[in-house]
Amino acid sequence: MMRFRARVYVMLKQTVLDPQGSAVLRALGDLGYDGIHDVRIGKIVDLSVQAEDPDEARAKVEEIAKRLLANPVLEEFSVFLEPDAAQGV
Amino acid sequence: MKFGVVVFPGSNCDADCYNAIADIPGAQVRYVWHKDRDISDLDCVVLPGGFSYGDYLRTGAIAALSPVMESVADFAKRGGLVLGICNGFQILLEAGLLPGAMRRNSTLTFICKDVYVKVERADTPFTSLYRQGQVIKMPIAHSDGNYYADQKTLDALETTGRVVFRYCDTEGLATAEHCPNGAMNNIAGIINESGNVLGLMPHPERCSEGVLGSGEDGRMLLMSCIHHLNRGR
Repeated sequence: MMRFRARVYVMLKQTVLDPQGSAVLRALGDLGYDGIHDVRIGKIVDLSVQAEDPDEARAKVEEIAKRLLANPVLEEFSVFLEPDAAQGV
Repeated sequence: MKFGVVVFPGSNCDADCYNAIADIPGAQVRYVWHKDRDISDLDCVVLPGGFSYGDYLRTGAIAALSPVMESVADFAKRGGLVLGICNGFQILLEAGLLPGAMRRNSTLTFICKDVYVKVERADTPFTSLYRQGQVIKMPIAHSDGNYYADQKTLDALETTGRVVFRYCDTEGLATAEHCPNGAMNNIAGIINESGNVLGLMPHPERCSEGVLGSGEDGRMLLMSCIHHLNRGR
């Protein structure tokens, strides 16, 4: 068994208005920054996962993201995976 | 007529619901702990408002996975009445018993005030004692009441008449300007396809006893349930 570090990014779908992002965008305008066209705010979830191999780890995390971490009505997610160097095999 | 009010960790309108129901002649009510699975003695399950599991991850997301929710889903499938109020509505959405999802209010603030809603359907088990098109006043208190569904779902809700309550002005005009939280089509409450699961953001239990000073417009909703259940006996 190997241990992996998984990072799940959960973001509102592009088609869903993000009121928090819009408020931050306006605040950046107030601070005098121009050239910022869009701000989107999401969540990061870090998991430590034990699995036989990267494929199994990824499948597990994707299932978890689908079932709980993201709401498919509003959100989309992406999974990034790397071996956990510190805790190894 | 037996009601069950589900108590999740972080529910805070459970006692209000319990009292409002107990105050209605002919109604029995008990609490249901979120870890309980046996709800076979109940005629109507109420998922109350509050902040179940601290609203962690998303409002209602963790509560939707509670043991009791499996029983509630079975109960709903068999035609039992399920009423989700505020956080209870959010839980029904997360559990997939109603379509759509809640976004943060468009104001980005917690909104706590009386609003007017129009009764779009007076032919449901929850609204039969209202008049079709009646404008009633109920309080809302939430951060995430900005109802969202994709266009297809929204069209289906509208064409099949499943929007039961809509935010409006005192005359029943439901324009965006009278929507407190940005909800699509001013949606304040929807019902499932078979007409036995209702979710709404306003709090009928907070306007069920005139002595509390918030009117009694919500009482009719609870009484409609009893009326419906009595008729079925």
